[in-house]
Amino acid sequence: MNAHHQASNYNFAYLDEQTKRMIRRAILKAIAIPGYQVPFASREMPMPYGWGTGGVQVTAAILGPEDVLKVIDQGADDTTNAVSIRKFFQRVADVETTTKTADATIIQTRHRIPETPLRLGQVLVYQVPIPEPLRFLEPRETETRKMHALEEYGLMHVKLYEDIARNGHIATTYAYPVKVEGRYVMDPSPTPKFDNPKMHMSEALQLFGAGREKRIYALPPYTEVVSLDFEDHPFEVQRFDKPCALCGAEAVYLDEVVLDDRGGRMFVCSDTDHCETRRVEGHRGEMGGEAA
Amino acid sequence: MYVAVKGGEAAIDNAHSLLADRRRGDRSVPSLTLDQIAEQLALGVDRVMSEGSLYDRRLAALAIKQSRGDLIEAIFLVRAYRTTLPRFGHSEPVDTGAMAVERRISACYKDLPGGQLLGPTFDYTHRLLDAELEGDPEIPAGATRDGPPEAVTRIADILGAEGLIEEDFPATGQPGDINQTPMEFPLSRAMRLQSLSRGDEGFLLALGYSTQRGYARSHPFAGEIRIGEVEVEVFLPELGFAVAVGRVKLTECQMVNQFKGSAKAPPQFTRGYGLVFGQSERKAMAMALCDRALRAQEFGEDVVAPAQDEEFVVSHCDNVQATGFVEHLKLPHYVDFQAELGLVRTMRAEYEAGLGAPAVETPPTIEIREAAE
Repeated sequence: MNAHHQASNYNFAYLDEQTKRMIRRAILKAIAIPGYQVPFASREMPMPYGWGTGGVQVTAAILGPEDVLKVIDQGADDTTNAVSIRKFFQRVADVETTTKTADATIIQTRHRIPETPLRLGQVLVYQVPIPEPLRFLEPRETETRKMHALEEYGLMHVKLYEDIARNGHIATTYAYPVKVEGRYVMDPSPTPKFDNPKMHMSEALQLFGAGREKRIYALPPYTEVVSLDFEDHPFEVQRFDKPCALCGAEAVYLDEVVLDDRGGRMFVCSDTDHCETRRVEGHRGEMGGEAA
Repeated sequence: MYVAVKGGEAAIDNAHSLLADRRRGDRSVPSLTLDQIAEQLALGVDRVMSEGSLYDRRLAALAIKQSRGDLIEAIFLVRAYRTTLPRFGHSEPVDTGAMAVERRISACYKDLPGGQLLGPTFDYTHRLLDAELEGDPEIPAGATRDGPPEAVTRIADILGAEGLIEEDFPATGQPGDINQTPMEFPLSRAMRLQSLSRGDEGFLLALGYSTQRGYARSHPFAGEIRIGEVEVEVFLPELGFAVAVGRVKLTECQMVNQFKGSAKAPPQFTRGYGLVFGQSERKAMAMALCDRALRAQEFGEDVVAPAQDEEFVVSHCDNVQATGFVEHLKLPHYVDFQAELGLVRTMRAEYEAGLGAPAVETPPTIEIREAAE
């Protein structure tokens, strides 16, 4: 065993500088061609594939000592995998971390976009399991790359149309495909379609990393991102009947929490920082207790 | 209430301390030493080195200890460590013809130059549990040949001299590196062999087996299997020649397969090739079967079976990738599940309101189901 095994002896943010440079080159290319999946030589990371290795590599490549990092999973800062990834960067990069969306310069996320609108200068890093929006229509990479090159997206529209034919509406609720700047169809990662409109014309730089599938793609600030739909079946986001039971927020994405085995349920903000900030500001939902 | 998602940090710390406790087990039993693992569980160590693609017995033994004997977890530990090591370059092609063989057998010839050399094999042992090994019996030193090991001609070279087997062209140029370049199909054979060499033993075994059962039959013969140490040389531009930097133990398998010939090539034998770190005959043989199956198009054979499909085989043979993605299903998915819940409830409400019949009558079809992500 040599000294290299000690955490303090790893390079800043774990990856060596050569690898970071390679990832940054892929990121720059991705920014230059919004929505296009750039292959990159993804490395093995000390967390499993499928658990955010793509996002972790992107974050490691762009992280500087002055950055303030926020990590969320399912919208929450304290879900186990978010805790694990935040700890990893504390350990190997010693950066400041936060749970406040507004204070973060880099936010790594799995499955959600924060409710608080992001601003210019912030970077949102998505963990992506399957970057290819056409994958479940065509399993072969050799084919899907051709389809993107030829802008051959008819199959995707047929799939959405078949949804309507069978169910009367589009039955895709998350990882809902979008078209970027009128060119590439892109997978927004498995965020609920509720979050799709937040990607459109966002002030923040949005980077997507898929480690196992070795792809990076990006949306530079102020990029047009349109969810696929039909004139007579326009894109719609999920709506909730009730506001958040803790902070009373409306028009936010809610998690359903099972309270007992007799059908008791409560709906609370999926974005924990948003919920806490609102409660500090004095907002209360029906189960949020008395205002301070 | 609402505590289910709180306290993630403390829960993780507690889980890890419990893991450390279980890993140590009964404290009255002495802790395993890395030497014990490296010496007495040597084939497990070999598998971790081979699929972890890092030749270091001690680190592999540590990984096995740390993973409580879960070899895929150990492979993962080694791979993650390997990421942090600088890449100096690549070695010259190793000369397996000059291997100091400890085992060398051929199923093609009864006897041949260099002879059949069984070496330390399980073959021909009767698989009867040996109660003696419950204790620590005195084991006499193994029988070995007198004198230094000699280079033994490879069977493929014997067949090659007669022109009966396809020519093996000397390696030229950069070999490619699956760690440094994103995969793009079709792969070069070198990159494909790299992927197979560190692919999962069980996966390749099953695929190799499938070719024997009619899914891409390739009429294989175990032309030769050899196990032993070879010298690794690195070319140093400053010196202008290659220098030996060490020795590694390898298992090489050359499958010899029938080929009827085509418009372009005369009837001859073709090759399937397997090469892995350490002693792992099963893996090397399975790899050789898969390699040959994957060369179908090269020989104008029909691609009809999974083992012949490069994108399928190579995309799914890495157990670190596979285990990560399969096991990621235990990560929280409540946001997406919530979205699906909402949809199912909407559809149920429509159904119960008598709108259940689909707008268009469709026969039950095989629907493309999205995998949970």
